[in-house]
Amino acid sequence: MSTNMAVTPEKPQGNFRSWFMDKLLMGMTWPDYMRSLITPFNIVAAIILSIGLPLIAMRFMFGLYVVTHASNDYPWGLYLGWGLFGGVPLSATGFVMATAYYIFGFKRYHPILRLGVLTGFLGYLFAVIYLLIDLGRPWRIYYPMIIGFGTQSVLFLVAWHVATYLTVQLVEFSPAILEWLKSQRVRRWAVMLTIGMTIAGIILSTLHQSALGAMYLLVPGKLHPLWYSSYIPVLFLASSIYAALAMVIMVSTLSIRFLKNRTDQTFRESLPKLTLGLGQGAAVGMYVYFIFKLISIAHDNNWHYLTTGYGYWFLLELLGFVLVPALLFTYGVKKQNVGVVRFAGFYAVVGIILNRINVSIIALNWNLPHHLTHIIPPWTEAMAVLSIATIHILLFRWILNRMPVLHADPDYEAH
Amino acid sequence: MAKEPKGPMDESIDQRGKEKEPDKDSGRGINRRIFLGAMATMGGAVVLGRPTKSHAAGDFEGYPNSFGLLTDLTACVGCRSCEKACNEENKLPAPAKPFDDSSVFEEKRMPTQKAYTIVNKYENPKDKDKPIYRKIQCNHCKEPACLTSCPIHAYSKTPEGAVKYDQDLCFGCRYCMTACPFYIPAYDYWSALEPKIMKCTMCLPRVKAGKMTACAEACPVGAITFGKREELIKIARERIDNNPGKYVNHIYGEYEVGGTNWLYLSGVPFDQVGFPTNLPKKPLIEETKGFLSAVPVVLTAWPALFGTIYAALRHREDIDKEEKEGKKEEVKK
Repeated sequence: MSTNMAVTPEKPQGNFRSWFMDKLLMGMTWPDYMRSLITPFNIVAAIILSIGLPLIAMRFMFGLYVVTHASNDYPWGLYLGWGLFGGVPLSATGFVMATAYYIFGFKRYHPILRLGVLTGFLGYLFAVIYLLIDLGRPWRIYYPMIIGFGTQSVLFLVAWHVATYLTVQLVEFSPAILEWLKSQRVRRWAVMLTIGMTIAGIILSTLHQSALGAMYLLVPGKLHPLWYSSYIPVLFLASSIYAALAMVIMVSTLSIRFLKNRTDQTFRESLPKLTLGLGQGAAVGMYVYFIFKLISIAHDNNWHYLTTGYGYWFLLELLGFVLVPALLFTYGVKKQNVGVVRFAGFYAVVGIILNRINVSIIALNWNLPHHLTHIIPPWTEAMAVLSIATIHILLFRWILNRMPVLHADPDYEAH
Repeated sequence: MAKEPKGPMDESIDQRGKEKEPDKDSGRGINRRIFLGAMATMGGAVVLGRPTKSHAAGDFEGYPNSFGLLTDLTACVGCRSCEKACNEENKLPAPAKPFDDSSVFEEKRMPTQKAYTIVNKYENPKDKDKPIYRKIQCNHCKEPACLTSCPIHAYSKTPEGAVKYDQDLCFGCRYCMTACPFYIPAYDYWSALEPKIMKCTMCLPRVKAGKMTACAEACPVGAITFGKREELIKIARERIDNNPGKYVNHIYGEYEVGGTNWLYLSGVPFDQVGFPTNLPKKPLIEETKGFLSAVPVVLTAWPALFGTIYAALRHREDIDKEEKEGKKEEVKK
């Protein structure tokens, strides 16, 4: 553990300056901290934000047309396609890891449990942030909760579940925050809620992961028949489970590569073995999903579409981005090759995003004229999305640098 | 909120507690299980009450005396009088090109936030010199997908037949635009503070006052007939029967997505004049009913199922612990 992660002797109360330096500046003085921020990554991030944030501000001053297509045929773009439909399955990490650990008893996975929960929490938080940019009147975000109940709407279900689950995930992650703040009593309360929150997480995740797919049940005339299926809720749920495992592989790999000084020995020593285990789980999940996909084509007897342009694209997604990474997982696990499993993890994450973008953008409205030219996002939209993604990474890193996620807090060995 | 499901769920957990609980179990264990049940109930309760209602929508036959319109594509001459009347009636901004400018027909247009109805021109496969004109606007579905998709109930189907949108309830998710099978709702992307959906209102104030819609009144050739939907279907059927060869034998909107209040007659197959012809006959809400009715099952079965798995795991751990401690005691002796 690095010297920055100073073990904190109890500070005299009311000493705000030392608290501030210890908690927020990671034990450094202001000048030292500012100097430590000048890195190539941060410079790139600053450039992106200096363009993207003003665009987002303009969106709220002048209207959505600044950062969208402003199209009536294409009401949704990257904010929902990438941020919500792509982000939510990759944020199943919290629910999958907590369920595996607390309910099914995969106790060895403890070192990466919190990382999974944090990934999930931030994923949902940013899915909501993307949504707030895309909503016409985001200040009415609470309307489905209080003003009008569209109970026949699948989106109503999604709204309730995402809001509730975001809260659940905050409670699930709160022990880490409270350990960081050394708040013993509140932490005890938060830990007591863990099992209840985990089970609530299973219910909410099962329902809204599938509900995101069910939203597309309403558009049989618009979504390409290869992607439209009455099984789409099941397909979304099944893919979110392996997505979560692949995402944990990806995030833990990035953590040990770029934030090694925040990890403890337990994390570093156990990670290769745990990665193999996650890879094995992901492979099984992907084979199950692959079979579901085949059944969904067989069910609607859509085989003949496979020889069209969209058919080749569909096959690329299904074979190139599901079957191939699944085989790589299997190979890596069999050969005990952590590198291959990690590569397959990144690969599978890309595959999930591709699937969700296909459903929400590429295969939707496929029968409109000049469809493929209409789905290219305007540069302003791409920049706004890139800025939010950058803030996501920065906040993730900020938390990993400070809170006990990749390492156990010395004061709380067992949590 | 959602008090009712608490009873049965608590009960199931009590029962499980009794069944699984070996009598020698410590008080701590019982507390934990009750606690677990309570937490699961709380977690679920947040969402329990609502979705259980969601599948109670039942079948909706439509309002029997609702009004509708019948557009006869064989009669339309593309004069755009309906566009002009609509623009004036709804006090929409003046168009970039005047209403008598036929150059607008060079592209296929769709209704926008500035024009609730537009007329497009299509080549006539039967007679090249007689193009076909098609008026496009909201079809006022009997069971609209926009209404179904809205999470806040900003849409309503009025007894007059109009699908009405209330901007005071809208937060701008635009799911209605994605859900509409006819690509009708338009959004005002250019307003920062009050963006809203804009679409044909079926001239609801006029219809309520006993008048016909502005477009129907303005049509100089009688291509738009206003009346009770059921009457219009009879009229359309008579026209098909009395003019052999003039029409394709199909009233578009009679059954599409459960039926629409705006109906169409055409001399050429509807897919040749841009109508979506891949739509199911049942209302689109039917596609989601199966999913929505599974929701209460998950809400009630999951806590019991995963609670039991957790209880079994703790039970296993207790046994392991006892065995370990037992062995230790033996060693001591």
